[in-house]
Amino acid sequence: MCLGIPGRIIELHHDGDLAMGTVDFGGVRRDVCLAYVQEEVGIGDYVIVHVGFAISKVDEAEAKRTFEALEEMSQLEELEFLKDAIPPGVIGQEARS
Amino acid sequence: MKYLSEYRDAHIARALAKEIRATATRTWTMMEVCGGQTHTIVKQGLDELTEGAVEMIHGPGCPVCVTPLEQIDRALDLAARPGVVLTSFGDMLRVPGSECDLFQIRARGGNVRIVYSPLDALELAQKNPDKEIVFFAVGFETTAPANAMAVWRARELGVKNFSVLVSHVTVPPAMLALLSAPDNRVQAFLAAGHVCTVMGFTEYEPIAATYHVPIIVTGFEPVDLLEGMLMAVKQLEAGDARVENQYVRAVRRDGNVPARSLVERVFELADRQWRGIGEIPLSGLALREEFLEYDAVTKFGLEGIRATEPAECRAGDVLRGQLKPVQCPAFGTVCTPEHPLGAPMVSSEGACAAYYNYGRFRAGAMAPATAGEARP
Repeated sequence: MCLGIPGRIIELHHDGDLAMGTVDFGGVRRDVCLAYVQEEVGIGDYVIVHVGFAISKVDEAEAKRTFEALEEMSQLEELEFLKDAIPPGVIGQEARS
Repeated sequence: MKYLSEYRDAHIARALAKEIRATATRTWTMMEVCGGQTHTIVKQGLDELTEGAVEMIHGPGCPVCVTPLEQIDRALDLAARPGVVLTSFGDMLRVPGSECDLFQIRARGGNVRIVYSPLDALELAQKNPDKEIVFFAVGFETTAPANAMAVWRARELGVKNFSVLVSHVTVPPAMLALLSAPDNRVQAFLAAGHVCTVMGFTEYEPIAATYHVPIIVTGFEPVDLLEGMLMAVKQLEAGDARVENQYVRAVRRDGNVPARSLVERVFELADRQWRGIGEIPLSGLALREEFLEYDAVTKFGLEGIRATEPAECRAGDVLRGQLKPVQCPAFGTVCTPEHPLGAPMVSSEGACAAYYNYGRFRAGAMAPATAGEARP
């Protein structure tokens, strides 16, 4: 959970006044909070994400390097958990994704 | 060496290791405080590559590992209560409590859910107003901004059935505790790059000056770590003790200002128990008084749950760098990733699991068939 995972922003939206985006992590897509990113970010930009929060913007080359390094370290288990995690829904009425 | 040959920057790594060995006139003892870094060092054999110049000891850098037993027991207690849903990052589920772990509670009918982000737990609370949703808020400074935002949003949105079981720890007080211990051997620290991405590194400057130890902010890839080690060796050889930033591409001196501001708004420093180490003053984060209605310990009256750690597990000595995992009598025999005695054998960020998974066994000891392969 300590190592941030790089991903690419593919969509921007708001949850109330909270800046959010959909981020693609090597094929796995997730809603990510963008409120903490100090740089301007838009669709196509890469960000380092910690447990659903983008912390910093990175360039594409650095994002790809870091993603590969995490893969080599087998440290992408957060993404495995992400696939296991049931999207928040009404308990008892939800379908497993 | 065998692992390093598979790494794409192996030639750069070898050159760095050679320079480290050429620069050091003696063996310098360094500690990393980051489970990801421990993992890389052991997997790639960076400690073997720099043998004679650097002795790496692995500090308490795994948040899962240092979460105190009583906090695990509190999570287990909550998960077994009707009407309560305990949500957590996936890596907490196999950590042994006094009686069992969260997976076992779930198998017995307890409601335990893995979430990716604390905001998912908050959303679950909004969609299930008839249930109490508790998020197990563990981690170092890297997850604190996420948890701070979840609590902040809960208050903003008026969500009342959401709370957090807080077990946040912070790195600098742990370094201070290690440095002031009478048996301290640490001569330099590699500081965790991603923690510094959030917090910056100004907190480390007084530590480096007071205890006269170089502190190098370092990334988690093999070349990053070797560069960090080289920077530390150069300072040690010259008698310097400064904070230096190896991880320039990700870390600024002031860190992420908006994230730090919200963490400070929601949390305050508190004394915190570290599993296997004991209480370290002002080494953790607790909710500020104005957010106490979101504190699960207060809300569910969990203060009375206390626990004593089993004597058989020497995780504390491992976490303080006094004992290498392989030197523990239980390592690989009664304590394995399948049947862990302590948390460092559970989490992939734990030092014991890293040694076990990458086949580091005592000379002559029988290596189990699974050793040498990373677990899925």
